[in-house]
Amino acid sequence: MKSKTVKVDYLARVEGEGALTVKVRDNKVTDVKLRIFEPPRFFEAFLRSRLYSEAPDITARICGICPIAYQMSSIHAMENAFGVKVDGQLRALRRLIYCGEWIESHALHIYLLHAPDFLGYQDAIQMAKDHSEIVQRGLQLKKVGNELMTLLGGREIHPINVRVGGFYKVPSKKDLAPLIDRLKWARDAALETVRWTSGFPFPEFESDYEFVALRHTEEYPINEGRLVSNKGLDIAANEYENYFVEEDVPYSNALHSMLKGRGAYLVGPLARYNLNFDRLSSLAQQAAHEAGLGATCTNPFKSIIVRSVETVYACDEALRIINEYEVPEKPVVGVQPRASTGHGCTEAPRGILYHRYRLDDRGIILEAKIVPPTSQNQKSIENDLWRFVSKYLSLPQEQLTWQCEQVVRNYDPCISCATHFLKLQIR
Amino acid sequence: MSSQPEILVLGLGNEYRCDDAVGLVVGRRIKALDLLNTIVSEGSGESVNLMEAWRGADAVIIVDAISSGSEPGTIHRFVADSQRIPSKFFHYSSHAFGVAEAIELARSLNQLPPHLIVYGIEGGKFDAGVGLSSEVARAVEEVVKRVRKEGCFLPG
Repeated sequence: MKSKTVKVDYLARVEGEGALTVKVRDNKVTDVKLRIFEPPRFFEAFLRSRLYSEAPDITARICGICPIAYQMSSIHAMENAFGVKVDGQLRALRRLIYCGEWIESHALHIYLLHAPDFLGYQDAIQMAKDHSEIVQRGLQLKKVGNELMTLLGGREIHPINVRVGGFYKVPSKKDLAPLIDRLKWARDAALETVRWTSGFPFPEFESDYEFVALRHTEEYPINEGRLVSNKGLDIAANEYENYFVEEDVPYSNALHSMLKGRGAYLVGPLARYNLNFDRLSSLAQQAAHEAGLGATCTNPFKSIIVRSVETVYACDEALRIINEYEVPEKPVVGVQPRASTGHGCTEAPRGILYHRYRLDDRGIILEAKIVPPTSQNQKSIENDLWRFVSKYLSLPQEQLTWQCEQVVRNYDPCISCATHFLKLQIR
Repeated sequence: MSSQPEILVLGLGNEYRCDDAVGLVVGRRIKALDLLNTIVSEGSGESVNLMEAWRGADAVIIVDAISSGSEPGTIHRFVADSQRIPSKFFHYSSHAFGVAEAIELARSLNQLPPHLIVYGIEGGKFDAGVGLSSEVARAVEEVVKRVRKEGCFLPG
Protein backbone atom coordinates (compact mmCIF):
# COMPACT_ATOMS: atom_id res chain seq x y z
CA MET A 1 0.00 0.00 0.00
CA LYS A 2 1.53 3.27 -1.06
CA SER A 3 -0.62 5.73 0.80
CA LYS A 4 -3.30 5.67 3.44
CA THR A 5 -4.83 7.75 6.18
CA VAL A 6 -5.49 6.65 9.73
CA LYS A 7 -8.38 8.71 11.00
CA VAL A 8 -10.36 8.67 14.22
CA ASP A 9 -13.01 11.35 14.33
CA TYR A 10 -13.90 10.94 17.96
CA LEU A 11 -11.37 9.44 20.35
CA ALA A 12 -13.02 6.97 22.70
CA ARG A 13 -12.06 6.24 26.29
CA VAL A 14 -10.33 9.57 26.80
CA GLU A 15 -11.70 12.44 28.84
CA GLY A 16 -12.81 15.28 26.58
CA GLU A 17 -13.15 15.68 22.85
CA GLY A 18 -10.36 15.03 20.39
CA ALA A 19 -9.54 13.36 17.10
CA LEU A 20 -6.47 12.08 15.33
CA THR A 21 -5.25 11.95 11.74
CA VAL A 22 -2.13 10.26 10.41
CA LYS A 23 -1.29 10.57 6.71
CA VAL A 24 0.99 8.14 4.93
CA ARG A 25 2.36 8.50 1.38
CA ASP A 26 4.79 6.18 -0.39
CA ASN A 27 5.12 4.19 2.83
CA LYS A 28 6.27 7.27 4.76
CA VAL A 29 4.33 9.16 7.41
CA THR A 30 3.83 12.69 6.12
CA ASP A 31 1.51 14.26 8.66
CA VAL A 32 0.23 13.66 12.19
CA LYS A 33 -2.38 15.74 13.94
CA LEU A 34 -3.90 15.32 17.38
CA ARG A 35 -6.91 17.55 16.86
CA ILE A 36 -8.44 18.80 20.05
CA PHE A 37 -11.80 20.41 19.39
CA GLU A 38 -13.04 20.53 22.97
CA PRO A 39 -14.22 24.14 23.22
CA PRO A 40 -11.85 26.59 24.96
CA ARG A 41 -12.83 27.36 28.50
CA PHE A 42 -11.25 30.74 29.29
CA PHE A 43 -10.28 30.11 32.92
CA GLU A 44 -7.13 32.22 32.65
CA ALA A 45 -9.38 35.12 31.66
CA PHE A 46 -12.09 34.99 34.27
CA LEU A 47 -9.63 34.46 37.11
CA ARG A 48 -8.63 38.07 36.61
CA SER A 49 -10.07 40.40 39.27
CA ARG A 50 -10.91 37.48 41.59
CA LEU A 51 -9.39 37.32 45.07
CA TYR A 52 -6.40 34.99 45.63
CA SER A 53 -8.47 32.84 48.00
CA GLU A 54 -10.94 32.04 45.23
CA ALA A 55 -8.35 30.53 42.91
CA PRO A 56 -8.41 27.01 44.45
CA ASP A 57 -12.20 26.79 44.20
CA ILE A 58 -12.42 28.27 40.72
CA THR A 59 -9.55 26.29 39.17
CA ALA A 60 -10.85 23.06 40.73
CA ARG A 61 -13.68 23.32 38.19
CA ILE A 62 -11.23 22.80 35.37
CA CYS A 63 -11.31 19.10 36.18
CA GLY A 64 -13.71 16.67 37.84
CA ILE A 65 -11.13 13.87 38.05
CA CYS A 66 -8.14 15.89 39.27
CA PRO A 67 -9.56 18.89 41.16
CA ILE A 68 -7.01 18.52 43.99
CA ALA A 69 -4.16 19.01 41.53
CA TYR A 70 -5.59 22.40 40.54
CA GLN A 71 -6.29 23.34 44.12
CA MET A 72 -2.78 22.41 45.23
CA SER A 73 -0.98 24.10 42.33
CA SER A 74 -2.97 27.31 42.82
CA ILE A 75 -2.48 27.22 46.61
CA HIS A 76 1.26 26.69 46.30
CA ALA A 77 1.49 29.53 43.77
CA MET A 78 -0.34 31.93 46.11
CA GLU A 79 1.81 30.86 49.07
CA ASN A 80 4.89 31.35 46.94
CA ALA A 81 3.68 34.85 46.09
CA PHE A 82 3.00 35.84 49.71
CA GLY A 83 5.99 34.09 51.30
CA VAL A 84 3.81 31.64 53.27
CA LYS A 85 5.27 28.32 54.41
CA VAL A 86 3.02 25.38 55.32
CA ASP A 87 4.83 22.56 57.09
CA GLY A 88 4.39 19.68 59.47
CA GLN A 89 1.02 17.94 59.68
CA LEU A 90 -0.74 20.42 57.38
CA ARG A 91 1.82 19.63 54.71
CA ALA A 92 1.29 15.92 55.38
CA LEU A 93 -2.50 16.27 55.08
CA ARG A 94 -2.05 17.91 51.67
CA ARG A 95 0.06 14.97 50.57
CA LEU A 96 -2.59 12.63 51.94
CA ILE A 97 -5.51 14.13 50.03
CA TYR A 98 -3.40 14.13 46.87
CA CYS A 99 -2.71 10.39 47.41
CA GLY A 100 -6.48 9.93 47.38
CA GLU A 101 -6.67 11.65 44.02
CA TRP A 102 -3.85 9.57 42.53
CA ILE A 103 -5.59 6.39 43.67
CA GLU A 104 -8.99 7.27 42.19
CA SER A 105 -7.68 8.79 38.99
CA HIS A 106 -5.19 6.01 38.26
CA ALA A 107 -7.73 3.27 39.08
CA LEU A 108 -10.29 4.87 36.78
CA HIS A 109 -7.82 5.06 33.91
CA ILE A 110 -6.23 1.64 34.35
CA TYR A 111 -9.44 -0.33 34.66
CA LEU A 112 -12.06 1.55 32.70
CA LEU A 113 -10.15 3.43 30.01
CA HIS A 114 -6.88 1.62 29.26
CA ALA A 115 -7.10 -2.08 30.16
CA PRO A 116 -9.83 -2.82 27.56
CA ASP A 117 -7.26 -1.95 24.85
CA PHE A 118 -4.83 -4.64 25.96
CA LEU A 119 -7.50 -7.32 26.35
CA GLY A 120 -9.28 -6.60 23.08
CA TYR A 121 -12.51 -5.14 24.46
CA GLN A 122 -14.39 -2.18 23.03
CA ASP A 123 -15.01 -0.82 26.50
CA ALA A 124 -15.10 -1.72 30.17
CA ILE A 125 -18.74 -2.78 30.00
CA GLN A 126 -17.83 -5.58 27.58
CA MET A 127 -14.76 -6.37 29.66
CA ALA A 128 -16.93 -6.59 32.78
CA LYS A 129 -18.99 -9.40 31.26
CA ASP A 130 -15.95 -11.68 31.10
CA HIS A 131 -13.96 -10.25 34.00
CA SER A 132 -16.57 -9.19 36.50
CA GLU A 133 -14.41 -9.58 39.62
CA ILE A 134 -11.51 -7.70 38.10
CA VAL A 135 -13.66 -4.72 37.09
CA GLN A 136 -15.27 -4.70 40.52
CA ARG A 137 -11.81 -4.57 42.07
CA GLY A 138 -11.02 -1.51 39.96
CA LEU A 139 -14.25 0.24 40.92
CA GLN A 140 -13.66 -0.49 44.61
CA LEU A 141 -10.09 0.77 44.35
CA LYS A 142 -11.38 4.01 42.82
CA LYS A 143 -13.89 4.22 45.63
CA VAL A 144 -11.19 4.09 48.33
CA GLY A 145 -9.45 7.04 46.68
CA ASN A 146 -12.75 8.92 46.59
CA GLU A 147 -13.42 8.12 50.27
CA LEU A 148 -10.05 9.57 51.26
CA MET A 149 -10.75 12.72 49.25
CA THR A 150 -14.24 13.06 50.73
CA LEU A 151 -12.99 12.62 54.29
CA LEU A 152 -10.29 15.27 53.98
CA GLY A 153 -11.84 17.48 51.35
CA GLY A 154 -15.49 17.51 52.30
CA ARG A 155 -16.56 16.00 48.99
CA GLU A 156 -14.85 14.12 46.19
CA ILE A 157 -15.69 16.34 43.24
CA HIS A 158 -14.36 19.89 43.76
CA PRO A 159 -13.40 19.48 47.45
CA ILE A 160 -14.31 22.40 49.68
CA ASN A 161 -11.98 22.00 52.64
CA VAL A 162 -8.66 23.21 51.23
CA ARG A 163 -7.47 26.80 51.19
CA VAL A 164 -4.40 29.01 50.91
CA GLY A 165 -2.58 28.47 54.22
CA GLY A 166 -4.04 25.04 54.98
CA PHE A 167 -7.53 23.73 55.56
CA TYR A 168 -10.85 24.89 56.96
CA LYS A 169 -11.11 21.85 59.22
CA VAL A 170 -8.61 19.12 60.10
CA PRO A 171 -9.51 15.53 60.95
CA SER A 172 -9.00 13.87 64.33
CA LYS A 173 -7.05 10.61 64.53
CA LYS A 174 -10.40 8.91 65.10
CA ASP A 175 -11.75 10.39 61.85
CA LEU A 176 -8.89 8.82 59.91
CA ALA A 177 -8.99 5.42 61.61
CA PRO A 178 -11.69 3.80 59.43
CA LEU A 179 -9.55 4.47 56.36
CA ILE A 180 -6.71 2.28 57.56
CA ASP A 181 -8.35 -1.05 56.74
CA ARG A 182 -9.75 0.37 53.51
CA LEU A 183 -6.28 1.52 52.42
CA LYS A 184 -4.73 -1.81 53.37
CA TRP A 185 -7.29 -3.54 51.16
CA ALA A 186 -6.57 -0.96 48.43
CA ARG A 187 -2.84 -1.57 48.69
CA ASP A 188 -3.39 -5.29 48.14
CA ALA A 189 -5.74 -4.54 45.26
CA ALA A 190 -3.11 -2.22 43.78
CA LEU A 191 -0.48 -4.97 44.05
CA GLU A 192 -2.88 -7.30 42.23
CA THR A 193 -3.29 -4.58 39.62
CA VAL A 194 0.48 -4.47 39.04
CA ARG A 195 0.55 -8.25 38.61
CA TRP A 196 -2.48 -8.17 36.30
CA THR A 197 -1.19 -5.39 34.02
CA SER A 198 2.33 -6.80 33.86
CA GLY A 199 0.93 -9.77 31.96
CA PHE A 200 -0.64 -7.70 29.16
CA PRO A 201 0.66 -7.93 25.59
CA PHE A 202 2.88 -4.89 24.91
CA PRO A 203 4.00 -3.81 21.44
CA GLU A 204 7.74 -3.40 20.97
CA PHE A 205 8.03 0.37 21.11
CA GLU A 206 10.79 2.25 22.91
CA SER A 207 11.47 5.95 22.59
CA ASP A 208 14.14 8.37 23.68
CA TYR A 209 11.98 10.81 25.63
CA GLU A 210 12.92 13.86 27.60
CA PHE A 211 11.07 13.11 30.83
CA VAL A 212 10.15 16.10 33.01
CA ALA A 213 8.99 15.77 36.60
CA LEU A 214 9.47 17.18 40.08
CA ARG A 215 12.28 15.82 42.20
CA HIS A 216 12.44 16.21 45.97
CA THR A 217 15.35 15.59 48.33
CA GLU A 218 13.48 12.82 50.16
CA GLU A 219 10.07 11.93 48.82
CA TYR A 220 8.44 10.64 45.66
CA PRO A 221 7.24 13.97 44.27
CA ILE A 222 3.69 15.17 44.74
CA ASN A 223 3.48 18.80 45.89
CA GLU A 224 7.07 20.00 46.04
CA GLY A 225 10.44 19.69 44.37
CA ARG A 226 12.68 21.06 41.67
CA LEU A 227 11.78 20.57 38.02
CA VAL A 228 14.20 18.09 36.48
CA SER A 229 14.62 16.04 33.33
CA ASN A 230 16.73 13.11 32.20
CA LYS A 231 18.55 15.47 29.83
CA GLY A 232 19.99 18.04 32.18
CA LEU A 233 17.07 20.23 33.27
CA ASP A 234 17.25 21.20 36.95
CA ILE A 235 15.34 24.37 37.84
CA ALA A 236 13.04 25.84 40.47
CA ALA A 237 9.34 26.12 39.61
CA ASN A 238 9.78 29.91 39.50
CA GLU A 239 11.98 29.53 36.43
CA TYR A 240 9.42 27.50 34.44
CA GLU A 241 8.69 30.17 31.86
CA ASN A 242 12.38 30.71 31.15
CA TYR A 243 12.59 27.16 29.84
CA PHE A 244 9.12 26.19 28.61
CA VAL A 245 7.03 27.90 26.00
CA GLU A 246 3.48 27.42 24.73
CA GLU A 247 2.47 27.81 21.13
CA ASP A 248 -0.81 28.00 19.28
CA VAL A 249 -1.45 25.36 16.64
CA PRO A 250 -4.27 25.86 14.15
CA TYR A 251 -5.79 22.40 14.56
CA SER A 252 -5.94 22.22 18.32
CA ASN A 253 -7.83 24.23 20.91
CA ALA A 254 -5.12 23.30 23.40
CA LEU A 255 -1.77 25.10 23.33
CA HIS A 256 1.28 22.95 22.62
CA SER A 257 4.09 23.09 25.17
CA MET A 258 7.78 22.79 24.33
CA LEU A 259 11.15 23.01 26.00
CA LYS A 260 12.87 26.01 24.47
CA GLY A 261 15.45 24.94 21.94
CA ARG A 262 14.59 21.26 22.45
CA GLY A 263 10.97 20.57 21.58
CA ALA A 264 8.75 17.77 22.83
CA TYR A 265 8.88 16.38 26.37
CA LEU A 266 6.85 13.94 28.44
CA VAL A 267 5.22 14.38 31.83
CA GLY A 268 3.23 12.00 34.02
CA PRO A 269 3.74 8.66 35.75
CA LEU A 270 6.42 7.46 33.30
CA ALA A 271 8.40 10.69 33.82
CA ARG A 272 8.03 10.59 37.60
CA TYR A 273 9.02 6.91 37.68
CA ASN A 274 12.09 7.34 35.51
CA LEU A 275 13.33 10.34 37.49
CA ASN A 276 12.38 9.20 40.98
CA PHE A 277 12.45 5.39 41.16
CA ASP A 278 14.76 5.57 44.17
CA ARG A 279 12.14 7.58 46.07
CA LEU A 280 9.38 4.96 45.78
CA SER A 281 8.57 2.91 48.88
CA SER A 282 10.32 -0.48 48.95
CA LEU A 283 7.00 -2.25 48.46
CA ALA A 284 6.34 -0.26 45.28
CA GLN A 285 9.90 -0.86 44.02
CA GLN A 286 9.57 -4.56 44.66
CA ALA A 287 6.22 -4.67 42.84
CA ALA A 288 7.85 -2.93 39.88
CA HIS A 289 10.72 -5.43 39.79
CA GLU A 290 8.38 -8.40 39.99
CA ALA A 291 6.42 -6.91 37.10
CA GLY A 292 9.58 -6.98 35.02
CA LEU A 293 10.30 -3.25 35.17
CA GLY A 294 13.76 -1.84 35.73
CA ALA A 295 14.44 1.51 37.34
CA THR A 296 13.71 3.09 33.97
CA CYS A 297 10.96 2.37 31.44
CA THR A 298 10.73 3.91 27.99
CA ASN A 299 7.83 1.97 26.47
CA PRO A 300 4.78 4.22 26.75
CA PHE A 301 2.40 1.25 26.53
CA LYS A 302 3.85 0.05 29.83
CA SER A 303 2.65 3.27 31.47
CA ILE A 304 -0.30 1.16 32.65
CA ILE A 305 2.06 -0.89 34.83
CA VAL A 306 3.77 2.26 36.08
CA ARG A 307 0.39 3.81 36.94
CA SER A 308 -0.38 0.66 38.93
CA VAL A 309 2.96 0.89 40.77
CA GLU A 310 2.18 4.52 41.64
CA THR A 311 -1.18 3.39 43.00
CA VAL A 312 0.64 0.95 45.31
CA TYR A 313 2.88 3.83 46.39
CA ALA A 314 -0.05 6.16 47.02
CA CYS A 315 -1.73 3.57 49.28
CA ASP A 316 1.56 2.94 51.10
CA GLU A 317 2.20 6.65 51.55
CA ALA A 318 -1.36 7.33 52.71
CA LEU A 319 -1.02 4.61 55.37
CA ARG A 320 2.31 6.04 56.52
CA ILE A 321 0.88 9.55 56.85
CA ILE A 322 -2.18 8.34 58.77
CA ASN A 323 0.02 6.26 61.05
CA GLU A 324 2.21 9.28 61.91
CA TYR A 325 -0.64 11.79 62.11
CA GLU A 326 -1.01 14.14 65.05
CA VAL A 327 -3.74 16.79 65.00
CA PRO A 328 -2.14 20.16 64.19
CA GLU A 329 -2.76 23.08 66.56
CA LYS A 330 -4.49 25.13 63.91
CA PRO A 331 -6.03 24.15 60.58
CA VAL A 332 -4.46 27.12 58.79
CA VAL A 333 -1.44 29.46 58.96
CA GLY A 334 -1.69 33.22 58.63
CA VAL A 335 -1.72 34.67 55.10
CA GLN A 336 -0.94 38.30 54.27
CA PRO A 337 -1.48 39.27 50.63
CA ARG A 338 1.00 41.59 48.89
CA ALA A 339 1.70 42.77 45.38
CA SER A 340 3.68 39.89 43.90
CA THR A 341 3.97 37.08 41.40
CA GLY A 342 3.78 33.47 42.56
CA HIS A 343 4.53 30.12 40.90
CA GLY A 344 3.29 26.67 41.86
CA CYS A 345 4.03 23.31 40.28
CA THR A 346 2.61 20.03 41.59
CA GLU A 347 2.31 16.50 40.21
CA ALA A 348 -1.24 15.91 39.00
CA PRO A 349 -1.98 12.24 38.28
CA ARG A 350 -1.19 13.00 34.62
CA GLY A 351 1.95 15.02 35.22
CA ILE A 352 3.21 18.46 36.25
CA LEU A 353 0.61 21.19 36.53
CA TYR A 354 2.05 24.71 36.60
CA HIS A 355 0.23 27.83 37.83
CA ARG A 356 1.48 31.39 37.88
CA TYR A 357 -0.42 34.40 39.25
CA ARG A 358 0.34 38.10 39.37
CA LEU A 359 -1.42 39.83 42.25
CA ASP A 360 -1.95 43.37 43.53
CA ASP A 361 -1.45 44.52 47.13
CA ARG A 362 -4.95 43.37 48.11
CA GLY A 363 -4.36 39.90 46.68
CA ILE A 364 -6.55 40.47 43.63
CA ILE A 365 -5.49 38.39 40.64
CA LEU A 366 -4.28 40.57 37.78
CA GLU A 367 -3.07 37.80 35.53
CA ALA A 368 -3.15 33.99 35.54
CA LYS A 369 -1.32 31.29 33.64
CA ILE A 370 -2.11 27.59 33.89
CA VAL A 371 -0.25 24.82 32.07
CA PRO A 372 -1.84 21.38 32.52
CA PRO A 373 -0.03 18.10 31.87
CA THR A 374 -2.10 17.13 28.84
CA SER A 375 -1.13 20.29 26.91
CA GLN A 376 2.47 19.45 27.70
CA ASN A 377 2.18 15.93 26.32
CA GLN A 378 0.57 16.78 23.00
CA LYS A 379 3.81 16.94 21.03
CA SER A 380 4.98 13.65 22.56
CA ILE A 381 1.69 12.05 21.60
CA GLU A 382 2.10 13.23 18.01
CA ASN A 383 5.71 12.04 17.91
CA ASP A 384 4.66 8.64 19.24
CA LEU A 385 1.95 8.39 16.56
CA TRP A 386 4.52 9.28 13.92
CA ARG A 387 6.99 6.65 15.11
CA PHE A 388 4.34 4.01 15.77
CA VAL A 389 2.71 4.23 12.37
CA SER A 390 6.13 4.32 10.67
CA LYS A 391 7.10 1.13 12.45
CA TYR A 392 3.82 -0.74 12.11
CA LEU A 393 2.69 0.40 8.68
CA SER A 394 2.01 -3.15 7.52
CA LEU A 395 -0.67 -3.82 10.16
CA PRO A 396 -4.24 -4.20 8.88
CA GLN A 397 -6.01 -0.82 8.85
CA GLU A 398 -8.45 -1.62 11.65
CA GLN A 399 -5.76 -2.85 14.00
CA LEU A 400 -3.47 0.07 13.17
CA THR A 401 -6.28 2.54 13.89
CA TRP A 402 -7.13 0.87 17.19
CA GLN A 403 -3.50 0.92 18.29
CA CYS A 404 -3.12 4.57 17.31
CA GLU A 405 -5.97 5.37 19.68
CA GLN A 406 -4.15 3.26 22.24
CA VAL A 407 -1.02 5.38 21.71
CA VAL A 408 -3.10 8.41 22.73
CA ARG A 409 -4.62 6.58 25.69
CA ASN A 410 -1.13 5.69 26.97
CA TYR A 411 -1.00 9.30 28.15
CA ASP A 412 -4.31 9.24 30.05
CA PRO A 413 -5.16 12.56 28.44
CA CYS A 414 -7.52 14.96 30.16
CA ILE A 415 -8.55 17.04 27.23
CA SER A 416 -10.87 19.42 29.07
CA CYS A 417 -7.97 20.45 31.27
CA ALA A 418 -5.91 21.18 28.19
CA THR A 419 -8.39 23.70 26.78
CA HIS A 420 -8.55 25.94 29.82
CA PHE A 421 -6.82 28.96 28.35
CA LEU A 422 -7.72 32.12 26.53
CA LYS A 423 -5.89 33.43 23.53
CA LEU A 424 -7.35 36.58 22.10
CA GLN A 425 -6.26 38.06 18.81
CA ILE A 426 -7.84 41.33 17.78
CA ARG A 427 -7.38 42.04 14.09
CA MET B 1 -46.46 -5.02 59.60
CA SER B 2 -46.25 -3.90 55.98
CA SER B 3 -45.30 -6.48 53.39
CA GLN B 4 -44.39 -3.77 50.91
CA PRO B 5 -40.77 -3.65 49.86
CA GLU B 6 -38.80 -0.48 50.43
CA ILE B 7 -38.59 1.63 47.31
CA LEU B 8 -35.58 3.81 46.61
CA VAL B 9 -36.33 6.77 44.37
CA LEU B 10 -33.20 8.30 42.81
CA GLY B 11 -33.77 11.78 41.41
CA LEU B 12 -30.83 12.59 39.14
CA GLY B 13 -29.71 15.67 37.35
CA ASN B 14 -27.88 18.96 37.27
CA GLU B 15 -29.53 21.92 38.99
CA TYR B 16 -27.76 24.42 36.75
CA ARG B 17 -28.56 23.09 33.28
CA CYS B 18 -32.25 24.01 32.95
CA ASP B 19 -34.29 20.88 32.11
CA ASP B 20 -31.49 18.61 33.34
CA ALA B 21 -32.80 19.42 36.83
CA VAL B 22 -36.15 17.67 36.30
CA GLY B 23 -35.07 14.41 38.01
CA LEU B 24 -34.07 16.40 41.10
CA VAL B 25 -37.38 18.33 41.05
CA VAL B 26 -39.44 15.12 40.84
CA GLY B 27 -37.38 13.57 43.64
CA ARG B 28 -37.98 16.56 45.91
CA ARG B 29 -41.76 16.50 45.26
CA ILE B 30 -41.88 12.81 46.16
CA LYS B 31 -39.79 13.40 49.26
CA ALA B 32 -42.22 16.10 50.37
CA LEU B 33 -45.09 13.58 50.16
CA ASP B 34 -43.38 11.53 52.87
CA LEU B 35 -44.60 8.22 51.45
CA LEU B 36 -44.46 4.98 53.45
CA ASN B 37 -41.68 2.61 52.48
CA THR B 38 -40.11 5.13 50.15
CA ILE B 39 -36.65 6.68 50.45
CA VAL B 40 -35.64 9.49 48.14
CA SER B 41 -32.05 10.29 47.22
CA GLU B 42 -30.48 12.79 44.87
CA GLY B 43 -27.50 12.42 42.62
CA SER B 44 -25.71 13.67 39.56
CA GLY B 45 -25.97 10.33 37.80
CA GLU B 46 -22.23 9.61 37.92
CA SER B 47 -21.93 5.88 37.51
CA VAL B 48 -19.90 4.58 40.44
CA ASN B 49 -21.97 6.59 42.90
CA LEU B 50 -25.15 5.24 41.33
CA MET B 51 -24.11 1.63 41.84
CA GLU B 52 -23.25 2.42 45.45
CA ALA B 53 -26.53 4.28 45.95
CA TRP B 54 -28.69 1.32 44.99
CA ARG B 55 -26.58 -1.38 46.66
CA GLY B 56 -28.84 -3.59 48.77
CA ALA B 57 -32.06 -2.01 47.51
CA ASP B 58 -34.74 -4.33 46.23
CA ALA B 59 -36.73 -1.83 44.16
CA VAL B 60 -35.27 1.29 42.60
CA ILE B 61 -36.92 4.01 40.52
CA ILE B 62 -34.63 6.43 38.71
CA VAL B 63 -35.92 9.73 37.38
CA ASP B 64 -33.75 11.69 34.98
CA ALA B 65 -33.93 14.01 32.01
CA ILE B 66 -33.27 12.55 28.57
CA SER B 67 -32.55 13.86 25.13
CA SER B 68 -33.87 11.48 22.47
CA GLY B 69 -35.62 13.67 19.96
CA SER B 70 -39.19 13.27 21.23
CA GLU B 71 -41.35 16.28 22.21
CA PRO B 72 -40.14 18.07 25.36
CA GLY B 73 -42.15 16.82 28.33
CA THR B 74 -42.64 13.32 26.89
CA ILE B 75 -42.43 10.68 29.61
CA HIS B 76 -40.59 7.43 28.82
CA ARG B 77 -40.57 4.42 31.12
CA PHE B 78 -38.12 1.52 31.01
CA VAL B 79 -38.07 -1.69 33.00
CA ALA B 80 -34.31 -1.63 33.17
CA ASP B 81 -33.85 -4.81 35.18
CA SER B 82 -35.01 -6.82 32.17
CA GLN B 83 -34.55 -4.55 29.16
CA ARG B 84 -31.61 -2.62 27.80
CA ILE B 85 -32.11 1.12 27.60
CA PRO B 86 -31.68 2.13 23.96
CA SER B 87 -28.52 4.22 23.72
CA LYS B 88 -30.30 7.13 22.02
CA PHE B 89 -32.16 7.84 25.23
CA PHE B 90 -29.21 9.02 27.24
CA HIS B 91 -26.78 11.70 26.33
CA TYR B 92 -23.22 10.41 26.38
CA SER B 93 -20.74 12.74 28.00
CA SER B 94 -17.04 12.73 27.26
CA HIS B 95 -16.35 13.90 30.81
CA ALA B 96 -18.04 11.33 33.02
CA PHE B 97 -19.80 7.99 32.85
CA GLY B 98 -23.58 8.50 32.85
CA VAL B 99 -26.77 6.71 33.77
CA ALA B 100 -27.07 4.38 30.77
CA GLU B 101 -23.42 3.32 31.13
CA ALA B 102 -23.89 2.77 34.86
CA ILE B 103 -26.89 0.53 34.26
CA GLU B 104 -25.16 -1.50 31.56
CA LEU B 105 -21.97 -1.82 33.60
CA ALA B 106 -24.02 -2.96 36.59
CA ARG B 107 -25.82 -5.45 34.32
CA SER B 108 -22.44 -6.88 33.23
CA LEU B 109 -21.39 -7.17 36.84
CA ASN B 110 -24.73 -8.68 37.97
CA GLN B 111 -25.18 -5.72 40.26
CA LEU B 112 -28.56 -4.46 39.08
CA PRO B 113 -31.25 -4.22 41.74
CA PRO B 114 -33.93 -6.91 41.31
CA HIS B 115 -36.42 -4.24 40.23
CA LEU B 116 -35.23 -1.16 38.40
CA ILE B 117 -37.58 1.26 36.68
CA VAL B 118 -36.26 4.29 34.86
CA TYR B 119 -38.40 7.33 34.07
CA GLY B 120 -36.85 9.53 31.38
CA ILE B 121 -38.42 12.92 30.85
CA GLU B 122 -37.60 14.51 27.51
CA GLY B 123 -35.89 17.84 28.09
CA GLY B 124 -36.12 20.81 25.75
CA LYS B 125 -33.39 23.11 27.07
CA PHE B 126 -30.06 22.00 28.51
CA ASP B 127 -28.29 25.37 28.51
CA ALA B 128 -26.64 26.80 31.57
CA GLY B 129 -29.38 28.23 33.75
CA VAL B 130 -31.86 27.47 36.49
CA GLY B 131 -35.49 26.60 35.84
CA LEU B 132 -37.49 24.06 33.87
CA SER B 133 -39.06 24.88 30.53
CA SER B 134 -42.88 24.93 30.70
CA GLU B 135 -43.49 21.57 28.92
CA VAL B 136 -41.06 19.81 31.24
CA ALA B 137 -42.47 21.50 34.32
CA ARG B 138 -45.93 20.25 33.29
CA ALA B 139 -44.64 16.67 33.17
CA VAL B 140 -43.41 16.75 36.77
CA GLU B 141 -46.75 16.10 38.51
CA GLU B 142 -47.61 13.31 36.08
CA VAL B 143 -44.33 11.55 36.81
CA VAL B 144 -44.85 11.96 40.54
CA LYS B 145 -48.29 10.33 40.16
CA ARG B 146 -46.86 7.43 38.15
CA VAL B 147 -43.98 6.86 40.57
CA ARG B 148 -46.48 6.68 43.45
CA LYS B 149 -48.44 4.04 41.56
CA GLU B 150 -45.31 1.92 40.96
CA GLY B 151 -45.45 0.87 44.60
CA CYS B 152 -48.65 -1.10 43.82
CA PHE B 153 -47.07 -3.04 40.95
CA LEU B 154 -43.87 -4.07 42.64
CA PRO B 155 -44.20 -7.63 44.07
CA GLY B 156 -44.71 -7.58 47.85
